[in-house]
Amino acid sequence: MERILEQAPRFFSGPNLTLLFESAMLTLGMTLAGCLIGFGFAFVLVFLRQTPGLWALPLRLVCITYVEVFRRIPFIVVIYLVLFFIQTVTPDASLFTIAVIAICLYAVAYTADIIRGGLESVPATQVEAAQAMNLSRLQTNLRIVLPQAWPVIVPPAIAFAVSFIKDTALVSQVGVFELTFRGKELNNQGYSGILVFGTIAFCYFLLSFPLSLLGQHLEKRLATPRGERRTRKIRQP
Amino acid sequence: MPHLAVSDVRAKYGSLEVLKGISFSIEKGEIVALVGPSGSGKSTVLRALMGLTPITGGDVDLAGERLNYSSSREVRAARDRMAIVFQQYNLFQNMTVMQNLTLAPLKIKRWDRAEVEAEARRLLGLVGLSDKIDAYSDQLSGGQQQRVALARALALKPQILLLDEVTSALDPELVGEVLDAIRKLAAEGMTMVIVSHEMGFVREVADKVVFMDAGQIIEAGTPAELFDTPKTDRAQNFFSNILRH
Repeated sequence: MERILEQAPRFFSGPNLTLLFESAMLTLGMTLAGCLIGFGFAFVLVFLRQTPGLWALPLRLVCITYVEVFRRIPFIVVIYLVLFFIQTVTPDASLFTIAVIAICLYAVAYTADIIRGGLESVPATQVEAAQAMNLSRLQTNLRIVLPQAWPVIVPPAIAFAVSFIKDTALVSQVGVFELTFRGKELNNQGYSGILVFGTIAFCYFLLSFPLSLLGQHLEKRLATPRGERRTRKIRQP
Repeated sequence: MPHLAVSDVRAKYGSLEVLKGISFSIEKGEIVALVGPSGSGKSTVLRALMGLTPITGGDVDLAGERLNYSSSREVRAARDRMAIVFQQYNLFQNMTVMQNLTLAPLKIKRWDRAEVEAEARRLLGLVGLSDKIDAYSDQLSGGQQQRVALARALALKPQILLLDEVTSALDPELVGEVLDAIRKLAAEGMTMVIVSHEMGFVREVADKVVFMDAGQIIEAGTPAELFDTPKTDRAQNFFSNILRH
């Protein structure tokens, strides 16, 4: 305890804080970039997976295989796979890029099932009504199904991203200067482990808590019927 | 030449044949009512015409053109000429009344926006819902939603309107307002195929009644012929049971 108190002023000095802030931003940046890009690809994957007809069977199989395989591999293994694969292709790819790709690959597999569940929650009769008007599959998905599926998709998708902020600690294993990596570094410099990792823990909380709040806000807003969402309460005179 | 000629149309759900050769025809401006017990295939006839249930045999001719449903392009051609109103209204929940009416005319038919919106307003006036133009469907009663659905179908300017049990999901006190809207369409000369359990209404508006059972047409004729002097036992049973209530 004494050691912590004695080290605290030196530990919370400008350069260290800057370092922590930068690495926190790196953690947040790669999580958000990976999850957002992954989320986008997941939509494409779900759309391809829904392609009707016998000719699209191989396509559907590829999509299903991707999701089922990546959901069963530990994230750390995905990271190493991406690392070694990318390094054989382009040796000078940055570690940040590799981390984002790994997060992206993983996020696609997880959010694809979230999106599929959301789309399937919209009654088939809505799709039929759109078909009867000659809307294409893409138009039906974009204009009718997806807008109604958001309330089902958004909360678990944000929950996934929030939990993933923590899981990105694993990319410190390949040497990305994110929060956990910096923690180990500072710890090696002689700072108390409790002090260092207590601070790191607090940083993770600071990163994910606002995102959770945003998720809760969106969940509430999306659960409100559309008619009531737009109208403001009329002020009583 | 009839406006719509359906001849020997067949359809299957898996291995179950639900339409076993259906033939009937409509002249322009006529109203044909399909009646019969539940599961007789009445709704399937309308779904097959819209390409929602695949047709496995038979021919459909509309306004002198053969619709053969063999490819997605042919199905699109059929859907371009007909419109359907569903039992459960199926209004797009994420859109206002106006957006529901204008989506397909603007995005699919690519008609002029000003004309489409003017027509949408006229149709909402026709079904008595001019004040609901910006409402979402969860702000409307069942009867109002079904009237919007009618207007939405009409906004497509179909050559034939298909009505699939449009009053079956409504509370009894809301049935009248929807039937009134259909009467107006009838007066305007709209060609319609109606599947309905409202026998009084069918008798009033239909030019021809087709009685179906187990995927086949048992008897067809004018309302008076079928309701008063049905020739077959099955039709006799059905109508005497229904009309007793």
